[in-house]
Amino acid sequence: MNGVEGFMYPNEIGLQWSVLIVLYPFITGLVAGAFILASLERVFHVEAVKPTYRLALLTALSFLIVAPLPLQLHLGHPERSPEMYFTPHSTSAMAMFGYVYLWYLMAVLVFEIWLDYRKDIVLLARSSKGLLRLKYKVMSLGSDNINPRALHIDEKVGWVVTLIGIPSAFLLHGYVGFIFGSIKANPWWSSPLMPVVFIFSAMVSGIAGVMLIYMATTKLRGQKIEMRCVDTIAMYLFYIFIIDFSLEMLDLIHRIYEADESFRSLDFLVHTQLYIPHIVIQIMLGTITPLVLLFITQVIKLPEQLRKRIYVVSGCLALMGIFAMRWNVVIGGQLFSKSFLGYTTYKMALVTREGSLVALALAILPLFILWALIKVLPPWMAEPASHQPAGD
Amino acid sequence: MNLSRRHFLVLAPAAAIAWKAVSAGTPEQSPNYKTADHWWGMLIDIPKCIGCGNCVRACATENDIPDGYFRTWVERYHVEDEDMTNPQVISPDGGKEGFPVAAEDAGKYFFVPKMCNHCADSPCTQVCPVGATFVSPDGVVLVDPKYCLGCAYCVQACPYGCRYIHPEKKTADKCTLCYHRITKGLTTACCENCPTGARQLVDLKNPKDPIHEFLRTHPVQVLKPQMATGAKAYYNGLDGSVR
Repeated sequence: MNGVEGFMYPNEIGLQWSVLIVLYPFITGLVAGAFILASLERVFHVEAVKPTYRLALLTALSFLIVAPLPLQLHLGHPERSPEMYFTPHSTSAMAMFGYVYLWYLMAVLVFEIWLDYRKDIVLLARSSKGLLRLKYKVMSLGSDNINPRALHIDEKVGWVVTLIGIPSAFLLHGYVGFIFGSIKANPWWSSPLMPVVFIFSAMVSGIAGVMLIYMATTKLRGQKIEMRCVDTIAMYLFYIFIIDFSLEMLDLIHRIYEADESFRSLDFLVHTQLYIPHIVIQIMLGTITPLVLLFITQVIKLPEQLRKRIYVVSGCLALMGIFAMRWNVVIGGQLFSKSFLGYTTYKMALVTREGSLVALALAILPLFILWALIKVLPPWMAEPASHQPAGD
Repeated sequence: MNLSRRHFLVLAPAAAIAWKAVSAGTPEQSPNYKTADHWWGMLIDIPKCIGCGNCVRACATENDIPDGYFRTWVERYHVEDEDMTNPQVISPDGGKEGFPVAAEDAGKYFFVPKMCNHCADSPCTQVCPVGATFVSPDGVVLVDPKYCLGCAYCVQACPYGCRYIHPEKKTADKCTLCYHRITKGLTTACCENCPTGARQLVDLKNPKDPIHEFLRTHPVQVLKPQMATGAKAYYNGLDGSVR
């Protein structure tokens, strides 16, 4: 049979989860990571990353809006997806999706963005006219009190929301990892480390993504990139990358040393079909290379221009590596038979509902949404009005 | 049409025979069926299976299974001496049309019919986000096709590869243990058509079912016991090489 090597159970030959399901954890990872970066400034008072605070929140929102789309497109009956809200199955990890998503979208992200922008929205409503004024009036939700006491309350509530948002971001992406990690039938997925690896890889991708977006938008605006800001982001990226890589290696070493009944099958896969995406793209290019580059920037004082270039290359490689990691988990986990006696192949279609063009469109869509959000709520609008830490 | 007495005498017995043939496949009505009185499973007697593929064909016909998908299938194992961990397994078109003649004499050959294990603690049921797949009170794992989202999470969760997404209905599909038949007092299509009795529908709640005696006196095993799924497809004479 075409594309099959050895023996597969006959229903296993075609893959059930396509590139769209690869995209889903990649996008939610960017959301969680971007939010964690935003929280560095808000909760942990890392002042250096302040220029990215609002941009990180808007990035998280843009990607979060798109996050359910790959799932919807994948479903055999997308019209029935509201059933997950109305009649969720209590023992299903996937049934949590709707609630975690809504919680994160409405209770955390939108609320925090609104709180943070409220003063600017009110000022814009006051200074604009006509439809624009109406738009900002609606966005202020009638809350137009911006006296110092009201803003202080905003600040305090925003701090609490961010504090709640950190475990929520962990929940959002840890839960995605749990969806895979809890499948005992699949030894490639089944691991208690999976949610933790997903959380840290999410932070890597989100931080790298926001760093690149910040550098690109600053450049496009003809402004100077704040090196203190990107240096700090790069430092956090480096340390979190080390934790992420260590966890992944721990998982790998554990599998190799334990060498259970599935090992021979998985080992063969990693040395054949998954060699390029796993060994070359994910580990060599997507992890070790950016780690080495970032390490150099941490120990050697390089010129500003060179540092910028290294950050761009490292950020792009990190994103590529994390995407490859999602690919290797989702697609790689379906390429071998649960009998451990054979392998199948995945051929990505081009223009089908779950094809590569749709995936590409969904991957780019958040950037357009971000562009629109930036137009409505410019993240650099209130830079002079600094955030005061709660309680000040 | 004028029917002469002569014609009538010829046609009446023919019609009676034809009607009997038609009604043979009609399940008996069983209005008194009580789910609480049953706990269904399947006994698969490996030494009896001859790999004819009757069960696969019967299942496909009875349940209108699309080509390339299987609610049940048959695998042929070839295990060479001292190489239990690396069996050679084939299942051409699910064994629907039988198997090619074995090429080598070395080692042992045997057939293993596969199907949904109707697990009591089924991982597929656990993961379904809307509860469209469920264990019925009489122990059969079923899918509600009017409720299933087609997310395929259950397909991923089944350790035995018994589920698929129906290419037309776009919902999860699997063996129903011919629920439409067994609730009317019939056996499953695969059991009905097995020429050697290698498959037998069993009711574990029925004290008179011979399965109880069989389980006591035979080396019966389930597939992948390490998965702890409470599988109810009981295999007699299961070789250690079977996955």
